[in-house]
Amino acid sequence: MHEIVFDRLSKTYVTGEEEVHALRGISLTIALGEFVAVVGPSGSGKSTLLSILGGLRHPSEGTLLVEDIDVYSLSVERRADFRREFIGFVFQSFQLVPHLTVIENVILPLAVAEVAKKAQKEKARATLESVGLLRKQDRLPNALSGGEQQRAAIARALVNDPPIVLADEPTGNLDTTTSHEIMQLLHRINREGRTIVMVTHNPENLKYVGRCIRMRDGELHSGVDPVVNVPWEHRAVS
Amino acid sequence: MRLIDIALRNIGRQKGKTAFLVLGLAIAVSTVVTLHSVSERMNAEVSASLDDFGANILILPKSDDLALSYGGMSVSDVAFDVRTLREKDIPLIRTIKNSDNISIVAPKLITAADLWGVRTLVVGVDFSQEKRLKRWWSVRGAFPDKPTEALVGSDVSAKFGLTLNRRMRLAGMDFVVSGILEPTGSQDDGLVFIDLRGAQFIFDKPDQISLIEVAARCYDCPIDELVRQISAALPAAKVTAIKQAIESKMEAMHRFEAFSFGVSGIVLVIGLLVVFANMTASVNQRTREIGIFRAIGYRQRNVITIILTEALVIGTLGGLVGFLVGSAASTLVSPVFGLKEAGGLVAGPVLGLSVALAVLVGLAGSIYPAVKASRLDPDAALRAL
Repeated sequence: MHEIVFDRLSKTYVTGEEEVHALRGISLTIALGEFVAVVGPSGSGKSTLLSILGGLRHPSEGTLLVEDIDVYSLSVERRADFRREFIGFVFQSFQLVPHLTVIENVILPLAVAEVAKKAQKEKARATLESVGLLRKQDRLPNALSGGEQQRAAIARALVNDPPIVLADEPTGNLDTTTSHEIMQLLHRINREGRTIVMVTHNPENLKYVGRCIRMRDGELHSGVDPVVNVPWEHRAVS
Repeated sequence: MRLIDIALRNIGRQKGKTAFLVLGLAIAVSTVVTLHSVSERMNAEVSASLDDFGANILILPKSDDLALSYGGMSVSDVAFDVRTLREKDIPLIRTIKNSDNISIVAPKLITAADLWGVRTLVVGVDFSQEKRLKRWWSVRGAFPDKPTEALVGSDVSAKFGLTLNRRMRLAGMDFVVSGILEPTGSQDDGLVFIDLRGAQFIFDKPDQISLIEVAARCYDCPIDELVRQISAALPAAKVTAIKQAIESKMEAMHRFEAFSFGVSGIVLVIGLLVVFANMTASVNQRTREIGIFRAIGYRQRNVITIILTEALVIGTLGGLVGFLVGSAASTLVSPVFGLKEAGGLVAGPVLGLSVALAVLVGLAGSIYPAVKASRLDPDAALRAL
């Protein structure tokens, strides 16, 4: 099945003597190809959900299936392989390596894949071109604007051609215009066939997504959102 | 881009830290190279001078019976007329495979004779060899240079009131005292030394020799091997190594070597700690970078590879610099240690050893930080920022 299945996922942290239930038995299915937004107040568990989906944080209970792969039954090293093959990360603070150029940052995921050096460059250039950043490929990240850095980060997330892109507040550090551009880019990426799961606080971003999942206190919150379950082809996205 | 490129980029961007680490390893390696080279030279030179200082091999005629003590060594007694060594045996000693190790060959003819009615041990020696063999001898007057001159021990001199240039009669022949030995505390004090040929003549033992003392340089050749070779060359002789002399020499030789090893060990441990502290700090500074690597699919072993590659490159540089500095330093400090020859390093093996040592220290100091880095929780590493 081409889908992501959260099956009764819980995550509990122990801080001192107190137990914090970040996720409480979440069950959820996301079809591959969807563009899903996860919204909710701070501490509602949305970032934890994204980390678990990305194979970065082991849940306390429950299972996560991605294309029938039980992600947390994999060894630590195989889970790294899963991230490389299935997941592209886009972070709020871009998380580019500051001493590497834009193209080197984009190539990073390919450095541990069996891709020849020439092919690495070609792939990275093509990806940078697709996000409109090819002419700045040799610059260091700090010589780019916030929007450009996020484009570079998106290019890095896409260079391995992963089926799923996870975006954690991708516009959190950007102005309105740039946010709009980045959301359009993510929207295009989704239209090209990739699943996108995005955590956001910005209601403006919801108009680009196909489904909105609301969370509160570690649980899914059943509420109506204006854009929930509207297929992307019926949405008026400029 | 490969993992090695990532490691090289990281080394390149942290020039100050890299230089510090290279310097730290270079100091450690150069110290080891200097001490190693100086101790090698010192051992060789000390060994050479110690080997000339007294005999370490004794050659006696094969004899089962009766023995007299000579300087703590066993020698045949009055019965030495029965079986003796011959003068023609002497050159044979220098025909052995390791003849270069033979430093001094001192033949002796030992005979008891009457001196003013008292039985006294008279030793015929080759004074040119004896002088070199017994460097501790202090002679009042001069060594005999004529067959009719004698050197007397301090006890003999005192007992008979012998002074320099006094005449004395041995086996019907007059001898002049040319020199008197200062007290040595050994049996030499009670002996009369005359020229070997003169002794053979007056005691009517032409060509005969009672024993041969040999000083061999055994630094780079086991003494037992020399004994075996001499035994083969002189089948009629009993060749014995004087173990006590050898052991004390070996002890003296290896004392500085032990000191060098000790200091080298300490310096290498300090080098290891420097690498460990720096690599740990470096890993801590790169938490975010490592978190990114892990998040985008780098395996733990990929992270370890990056950090150990850095250590390998830094270690190689440290080894090369350390070798060059150490070679120069050993040349400079050689005179301080009173060494006649400076340096004398065999470049190839020592260079290889230097690089291997620095790489080993670099890797050993980086293993824990590398493993620690690989185990960073990527989620926590990225969230913490």
